[in-house]
Formats: sequence, C-alpha cells, structure tokens
Amino acid sequence: MTAAATAHSAVAGASQDAESPSRLGWRRFRRNRFAMAASALVLLFVVLAVFAPWIAPQDPNDADLLRRLQPPVWMPGGEWAYPLGCDALGRDLLSRIIYGARISIFIGAAVIVIATGIGIVAGLAAGYFRGWVDAAISRLVDILLAFPYLLFAIGLMATMGPGLQNIVLALAYKEWVIPCRLVRGETLALREIEYVEAARAVGASSGYIMAREILPNILSPVIVVSTIRMAHVIILEASLSFLGIGVQPPTASWGSLVADGRSFIWDAWWISTFSGLAILLLVLAINVASQGLRDAFDPRLHE
Amino acid sequence: MSFGKLLERLLQLIPVMLGVSAIVFAMILVTPGDPVDIMLGEQNATPEQREALRRDMGLDLSAPERFVHFLGNAATGNFGLSFYHRRPVSEVILERLPATVELTLAALVIGLVLAIPLGVIAAVRSNGWLDRLATVGSLLGVSMPGFWFGLLLMLLFGVWLQWLPISGRSDLAGQVPQVTGFLTVDALLAVNFKAFFSALQHLFLPALTLGLPMAAVLMRVTRASMLEVLRQDYVTFAHAKGLGGRRVLYLHALKNALIPTVTMAALEVGSLLGGSMIVETIFGWPGLGRVVVEAIFTRNYPLIQAAILLYALTYVLVNFAADLLYTTLNPRVRL
Repeated sequence: MTAAATAHSAVAGASQDAESPSRLGWRRFRRNRFAMAASALVLLFVVLAVFAPWIAPQDPNDADLLRRLQPPVWMPGGEWAYPLGCDALGRDLLSRIIYGARISIFIGAAVIVIATGIGIVAGLAAGYFRGWVDAAISRLVDILLAFPYLLFAIGLMATMGPGLQNIVLALAYKEWVIPCRLVRGETLALREIEYVEAARAVGASSGYIMAREILPNILSPVIVVSTIRMAHVIILEASLSFLGIGVQPPTASWGSLVADGRSFIWDAWWISTFSGLAILLLVLAINVASQGLRDAFDPRLHE
Repeated sequence: MSFGKLLERLLQLIPVMLGVSAIVFAMILVTPGDPVDIMLGEQNATPEQREALRRDMGLDLSAPERFVHFLGNAATGNFGLSFYHRRPVSEVILERLPATVELTLAALVIGLVLAIPLGVIAAVRSNGWLDRLATVGSLLGVSMPGFWFGLLLMLLFGVWLQWLPISGRSDLAGQVPQVTGFLTVDALLAVNFKAFFSALQHLFLPALTLGLPMAAVLMRVTRASMLEVLRQDYVTFAHAKGLGGRRVLYLHALKNALIPTVTMAALEVGSLLGGSMIVETIFGWPGLGRVVVEAIFTRNYPLIQAAILLYALTYVLVNFAADLLYTTLNPRVRL
C-alpha cells in the first residue's frame, strides 16, 4: 500500500470515528439524568393531552351538584372515582386538569411555532440584507420589547376579546421578537464567513443562501431557545385565563381552574392547589429539559 | 457621561416612545364595536345625539388625525373620560397609582434585599448547600405561576395560620391623613404606628408574591456575575495587597458584579408591572392593575389605553435609568 493510500484510509477512519455534533449532543443529553426525567414528564403531559378522552376518569364538563366541592379521595367524603375531588359544580377535578393539559400544550406549541417561523424569516432578512430592512425590523423589535409582556397580552386580549385563537395571536405578536433577535445576531455573524461568501461568489440567490447555508447552522440555538420560551408562554396563557380574559368556560384551562378555586379557597383548597401544581410541574419539566438541551447542544458552553 | 451623550440617548427614546404610543393607539382602533355604543351603554340616544358625541370624541376624523390628537392629549395627561367611573381617566389613575407604586417598590426591595446577599454568598461558597438551594429556588421561581404562588401564600398565612390579612391595604386607612398615598409612609408621617403596622401587614403577602420570583432571577444573575468578577485580576491583586476578604468582596468585587443585577432588575420591572395586575386582583389590592383588569370587563377602553401607555413608558424610562446607572457603577462602560 502506498503512503498516500494509507493516509487516505486513516483520514476516512477518523471521520468515521468522529461523531457528528448532533449525535454528540444527544449523547450528552442522555447522560443528564435530570433532563431525561424532565423530558419523560413532558412526554407524559403530552400523552395525557392527546389521549385525554380515554385517560380522564370522568367527562370534564359533567356537572353533578350532589358532588359539589367533594374532597379528594384521601379525605373524608372522597371517593376513588373522583381522585382529586370536585369543583363548585361537582365536576371531576382530575379530568378537568387532564383536559386542561390540552389547552396549555396546544397554545404553548402553537405560539412557539408561529413566533419562531416569523422570527426566523424576519431575523434572517434583517441580518442578511441589513440596511433599511434591518432598521425597520429592529425598530419594531425595540418598540415591542418596550412593552411588559403580560401587559401587552392583556391589552390585546382586551381589544380582541377572549378565545383560543386570540390568545395564540396575542402572544405570538410579541413572542416572535425573541427568535428574531437571536437569528438576526447569528446571521450578521455568519454572513461574513467564508462558505457563505463562497456561495455568494458562485452566484447563489439570497433566498438559497439564507435557507440552505445560514439557517441550518443557527437552527440548534433557535430550537433550544424556543423550548425555553414555551414554558414562558404556558405561564402567560395560564395568567390570562386566570384573569378571565383567556380561555372561556366551560373549557377547562389550568389558569381558569385556579381562578375557579379561588372563591372556595377557604373550604376547598384542592381546586386551586392541584390545578396550579399541574402548571408548575409542566413548566418546571420543560425548563429543566430545555436547560439540558442547551447544555448538550450549545457548543459555546463547552468551550 | 457627557451632557451631549445624555441628550443623544434621550433623543433615541423618542422613536421608541412614539412607536409604543402608536401600538397602544392601534389596539383601540382595531377594537370591534362602536365606541359610541360602548359609551352610551343601555341609554337611548337619538341619531343626532350620537352624531354629536361622535364629533366630541373626535371619531369623525381620520385615523392619522386621531393619532395626532391622541398624542397631544396624552402629552397633557388628558386621556378622556372613564366610561365606567364617569370621571376623567387621569383622575382615576392618579388615585390608584400610589397603591401600585407602593406594592411594586416593596416587591423590588424584597427582590434586591434577598437576591444580592444570597447571590454573593452562593458565589463565594459556590457548590455549597446554599448555592444548591439557590439553584433549585431559582428554577422554581421561574417555573411558578405568580397567581398560584400568591394563592398558596394566602392559603398558608391567611387561611391556615391566620397570621396575615389577605385582602385590602389597611384596617386603619381612615385614621391617617393622605400625603404621599403610600399608606406605610403616610402612617409614619402621622406617627401612627398601629396604622403603619397594619399597612405593613397588608403589604407583606402581595409584595412577597411579586418579589420572590424576581429575587430568584436576580440571585442567579448576581451569583454568576460575582463568580466572574472574583476571577478577575484586580480582585486577586486586592487580596495580594493584603486587604481583608470582606473588604475586597464588598468594596471591589460587588460594585462591579452588580452591573448585570441592575440591568436585570430594570428588565424585571416589566414583570413586576404585569404581575401587579394579577397580584392586585388576588389580594384585592386597590391599585391601578386591578382597575385595568376590571376595565377589560366593562370595556372601559380609555382607561386601559392610558394605563398600558403609562406602564410601557415607565418601563422604557426605568431601563433608560438603568443604562445611566451603568456609567456610575462602571465608568469603563461608555454609552
């Protein structure tokens, strides 16, 4: 075998041994026990949400006034068919919490998908074209950042009226700013790098460069940030529903369940407590899992 | 910072403030329903009366004209009539604002007073038990919905232990002449300690609800920046000069480590302003936030508009002030 061939096979061998960054990331992620447990919990909530009709012990809207404020099973007067007790209309709390997961997860996911989509397009455009495009987008971003988030959402919900679609819009109108700023910054840095310049030199169109050369290289921080943001969005939706300007009754949403229980906090503490606990658990799980993702996939943290 | 730089920074605020005003204006513009109908409510009015009201409110003008009117009015504090209270919006806001400011400041104080010492200790003894507790605490702080946390505090201290009141601002408010509108301060000015104590008791739970999650965030920031600063050469040098540990910590390191904390605290004011609406609703705190939430249900748009504008502009100014503080804390930062 010639020296050149040996060298060649050595290089090939090395590239086979070397792991791709994404596989390396997943391996790091799997080693993080907390993040794995949190991911399992998030998955559990998703399963609960998707299969709610089969999992929930009762119909969430089935009122039974004889069971009004019935306590959880471990307290006197509780029964197994209604494990977490009942609300003021005698509806099963556990079933309402399980159905509530649908609202939280749906709104969280919908807002993040829409906002990330808009944010990527706007951020790429601002960072790549610069000039007046960047000036216009960045000014709009600055203005939206000047609004406290919840306040902005409350203002929009006040004018648009309650409802599922309006919540998604009210939150997405502001949320896109976060991925947009991230993508803009990364794009500004990447557009000067050799392989992007090379693509420009061989005559690739701007759209092609943004979609095929820049986007794939910034996608992982964008995904990490959007998972962290999803936790935030879920709390915001719950806050709006708690105030009564979000999801409307009789639909069960975690925020409105906590609000419903508020009037009965003196004699039926379980309604608000367990509904809020569901929010805390899901949001906590998403936060821990996304921190794990960030640690595993954001290479800058490993430098 | 030179005066010229300050002026330049102030001028940069103008487009942002104009943009904020435009968005607040647009929110009302796109509202479904005729403002005249909302204002008249159930009252019967002739078409002529309706037309007159429409002209009075400037609704017959084009949108850009209305925006200019809106800006002019806003600059002079004229936000029109609160439909529900049948009084000028500015009057309602001024009446309710002190309660909200008192609550927000108390929360800010709780946040900083807890966050800075704990953050420093966590950094100095990093990986100690307090540091670990802080990690868990801050994770809970960002994951806990504020309204639920407030209810839990209410349940624990108000309902079960019955240590603290869970609603209102004071039992003895009538005994104290109103000077600042802050009940705690007014009670002290009147040398009425009973009223002061009552006001403080009422303030405690709402302020804790608002301040504790912020403390969690600020503590993480303080810890991280303190760790960073402690690795710097000048800190090592100060130690080498033979300065005592505490002196280096508080005089040399903390001053610089606080810069990110100040920035974050300013950003967190946004959460405080939004969160105050929720906390005021839970604890029956008679501030601006609660009026705004009520205004949503009575479709009292002028009030909502004015309050959102006020909050957003406050937020912009607080962040501007934090930028200025930078230069005081660290002259190397040039704006």
